[in-house]
Formats: sequence, structure tokens, C-alpha cells
Amino acid sequence: MIKYIVKKVLILLVSLFAVATLTFALMQAIPGDPFTEEKAVPEEILKAMYHHYGLDLPWYQQYFRYMKGLITWDLGPSFKYQGRTVTEIIKEGFPVSMVLGVEALAISIFAGISLGSLSALKHGKWQDRLMMVIAVLGISVPSFILATFLQYLFGMKLDWLPVARWGTVSHSILPALSLAALPMAFIARLTRSNMVEIMQQDYIHTAKSKGLNSFSIIYRHCLRNALLPIITYLGPLTTAILTGSFAVEKIFGIPGLGQWFVMSITNRDYTVIMGTTVFYSAILMVSVFIVDILYTVVDPRIKLVTKKVIL
Amino acid sequence: MTDQASLYEPLKRSDQIEKVEEESPVSDDYWRSGWRRLKSNRMAMAGFWMLIVLLFMALVGPFLTPYTYYETHLNLKNLSPSTRFWFGTDELGRDLFTRVWWGARISLFVGIMASIVDLIIGVFFGALAASVGKKTEEIMMRVADILYSIPYLLVVILLMVVIGSGITTIIIALTITGWISMARITRGQILQLKELDFIKAAQSMGASRMRVLFSHLIPNAMGSIIVTVTLTVPTAIFAEAFLSFLGLGVQAPIASWGTMASDGLPALRYYPWRLFFPAAFISITMLSFNMLGDGLRDAYDPRLRL
Repeated sequence: MIKYIVKKVLILLVSLFAVATLTFALMQAIPGDPFTEEKAVPEEILKAMYHHYGLDLPWYQQYFRYMKGLITWDLGPSFKYQGRTVTEIIKEGFPVSMVLGVEALAISIFAGISLGSLSALKHGKWQDRLMMVIAVLGISVPSFILATFLQYLFGMKLDWLPVARWGTVSHSILPALSLAALPMAFIARLTRSNMVEIMQQDYIHTAKSKGLNSFSIIYRHCLRNALLPIITYLGPLTTAILTGSFAVEKIFGIPGLGQWFVMSITNRDYTVIMGTTVFYSAILMVSVFIVDILYTVVDPRIKLVTKKVIL
Repeated sequence: MTDQASLYEPLKRSDQIEKVEEESPVSDDYWRSGWRRLKSNRMAMAGFWMLIVLLFMALVGPFLTPYTYYETHLNLKNLSPSTRFWFGTDELGRDLFTRVWWGARISLFVGIMASIVDLIIGVFFGALAASVGKKTEEIMMRVADILYSIPYLLVVILLMVVIGSGITTIIIALTITGWISMARITRGQILQLKELDFIKAAQSMGASRMRVLFSHLIPNAMGSIIVTVTLTVPTAIFAEAFLSFLGLGVQAPIASWGTMASDGLPALRYYPWRLFFPAAFISITMLSFNMLGDGLRDAYDPRLRL
């Protein structure tokens, strides 16, 4: 167990280092610099700006500064927004994205497990088949398309919910639903197949022959065991929700980190791109790590293999 | 009557052994029974036929109208679907029907090409890792693990920012980390198969390493490999659409479904068809691949779940 955790921590650290280095290398590889677009800047000002941002240093010193900045949580200034730092942008945008993400995750877990176990109980009947169609739809329709569809239907045509912006709970319903669809479908499929398998096990027959009522068989014996493997997928599902938020926040005009990230890409605001990428990667890797550890704690029988969902 | 000692001697390569080995290592029954299971799966077959129709329309669709995908008609802007413009027109008066099927070519091309590259690199890497020594294998898989733990879409976005937009760069960006799933699955399959008796038999008959790999191990891993490819294509199509939607995809006047959806987004309230058609076709394509892929998995590789 300890050995396993140490190994995982080492891999995590190496991966984080790899991401940071890769990001830096990629940004260095871009021809030109952030100021080449601005025309007719006098030589001296350009030089002063290079000096201000440390761009006149040789690459290894820049790399060293950048790595030091990452460790001390100082990600440098934004090139496009005067006087704002990347750290500030993350501090401002991330809480919004997190609220949205947690809401989406909660919806997907709750709805996914309910739908999945329901269809397992009705295995082979029309409810089950309907559920599987819904699930394959949920996996196939990308979140950004579902988002525009929900926005058009419930925001513009029916006028039930706000079309865009952020603020009250009602603002978050449509974006959270569009982000939740894929993980929900995924969890539903997983729950269903696990439940179907478990319901054929001997200990379930034993429980039935003991005369336990079906409610307690389903909840105490089936569902609990069926849910264990789902934990492994929580890491990748967080990834799906997080990356989905880039487009969904853009569509609904939500001032979260995803929106900032997309804007920094359009503006070619390199420090923001770099800082946000490293931040996102760190969050995702750490959450996958926590999930892995959690799983071995919850179910020591199973040797872990990390799996990946689409994305 | 054979004497006891000869039992412990390796068999000589006689004609008879040659003949046994010539027979196809994968029984026809595997493919035939899988095909039968696939054919009886209505959802998978629906996906299969939908894909055929999509492919056909991608080839033929652009020629069914008198318009080209880049031709603008500024007096015919934002028209709703009609008998003249079946899917309507966009903000520059371009015919959406033509553009949608041009987009289908781009999206399917990117999806299929990226999957083929993933397939080649992944199978090669996976097979290599499974057949080299323990130490090298350990190193190879560690490298793969680390690459794998980096969030896929983030890497792709970063690469697109750096190497610029375009069809080739999208395919490069998608495959740089995309091959890893394939490598892991191939390796896993081969490691499992290696323990089976028929591989031991082939080895004891003196088949070379390469022969065991190419005519016994890889053909038998083919089921899982094909399933993985079918499920990689929609991932790649999604990634392309997503990138184009974020403004990192193919450049105008060429349109993929993602760029068309992105262009249609601001006009959603008044001209919803401009978003509706590309969005619907992205979803239908992914749906068909997923339905076919699920069916193939159930038919050929029931152990490989999700």
C-alpha cells in the first residue's frame, strides 16, 4: 500500500514537471513574441518591455524563473490585460468554474446512478432499452452542442430560464445540465452493467432465499458493490467536465476560468495560457491521484488500472 | 511405441508440423460468430448504415447543388431552409447544404486519419513493449503513463496554439498523445495471449519471435484493436469539432462542422438553422460510431468494457 502510494506520488510529480516543462517549451517554440503585433513601437520601449517581462534573458534563465514562479504560486503578469496577474485571474475565475463543476458532477452522479440501477432492475425490458438509448445519446452529443440546444429551447423559445450570464442558481441550471450529460450517461452505463453482473452472484441468491425484501437486497447488497468501480472513473469524468467548461462557459457567458482560458487563446495571451494550462493539469492530475488512492482504500481486493474516458 | 527419452526432445520441423502451422491461427469461427452477433444487434447495424449514408453523402452531397462551399451571395444572406437552399444560407449567403457535406469530408477525414495514425503507432509501441525485456518494457510503459496522465484536450489545445491551425496540424496534435490508449490495449492483450497454450505450442515448434508476434499475437488481438479504433474515431471527430468551435480549427473558407457551429452561435436566436445543421451532424456521426463501436465490442471483445 505504502509502496503503491509512493509510486503514484512519484509519477504525479514527474507528470507535473513534464507538463510544466512541455508548456514552457511549446511557448518558447512560438515564432515571434507577444509584442510583435503592436506596430510602430519605438526600439527603446520594446526593449524596456522585454526587460520588464524578462524576455531578454536566455531561455534557461527564463525557464528557471518560470519554474520558481510555479512553486511560489506566482505565474507572472498577463500580457494583454495591463496590471493583472495570472494568479489573480485564476483566483477570480476558478471559484465560479468550481461551483459549476461541482453542481454538474453532483447531478451526473445522482442521475447516473438512479438511471443505471433502474435499468438494471428492468434488465431487458423496454425501460432498460430506452435508458441505453438515452445513455448512448448522452455519450455522443458533445457538451457544447447540448449547451446551445438547451439555451435555444429553454432560454430563448420557452423563456423558462435565463439565456446567459451568471449570478443566481437559475443561471447555473442549463450550463450544469449540459456539462453533466456525458458523465451521467457514462455512470449510468457503468452502474447498469455492474448491477446486472452482481445480481447474478450467489450471495444475492442467498440474500433472496433468506427472505430479505428486495429493497434491502438492492441497496445493501447490489448497489454498494456496483458503485465501487465507478470511483475509478471520477477522475476522468472530472476532466470531461472541466474541459467541457471551456465551451460551455463561452456559450453561456459565464465569467469562469474556462472563459478566461478560451479568451487568452484568442488573444494569444501566452502567460495566461501557460499558467492556466499548468493549473488545470495540476488540478486534474491531483484529482485522479486522490481517486486512485481512495479506491485502494475502499476496495483493497482490486489491483488498480487507471482508465480513460473519451477526452 | 516411442521410447521415453524422445518425449523430451524438441520436435523436428516436419512437413506435417508445417501444415498445421499454415492453417489460419485465428479460427474463422471467431470472425464469423462475431459477425453474426453484430448483425443481430439492431443498434449496431443502425449505426453501421447511418455511417454508410454519411460517407456516401460526404462524397456526393457537395455536387447535388449548383453552389460551391465558398461562393458568396450577399443578397441572399441568412435565408431559412427552402427548396432552393435546402439547409438555408449563412451570413455571407453561402449554401449551407453544400457546406455541411464539405464539412463532413473534413470531419470524417480528420477522425479517420487520426485514428489510423493512432492505430499504427499504438500497435507498434504496444507490441514492442510486450515483446522486449522486462526493464525496457517498464521504462516504455512509464513514459506512456506519464504522457497519458496529461489531460488530452489541454495538450491538443496548446499544440494548436503553437503550431497553428489547419487540417494537418489538427491531425498531428490529435495523434501526439492519442496513440497511448491503443498502445496500452495492444500490450495488455498481447501479454494475456502470451500465456495461452497455442502461443507456447507455436514457440515450441520453433516459430520465430516475429512470426509469433505477427501471425499469432497481433491477429488474435485484432478484435480489441478494431473495437478501440471504432471508438477512437468519434473522439477525434469530437476533438476536431471542439477545437474548431474554440476558434483553433481549420481556416476559412474551408469549413468543418465545428467552425460552422461556432459561426452559427451568435446568430442562434434569429437564424437557428445555421447552428442546427452542423450540430446535428456532429452528433449523428458520433452517435453512429459509438453505436457501431458498442456493438463491435459486444460481438468481439465482451471483456473490454467501456
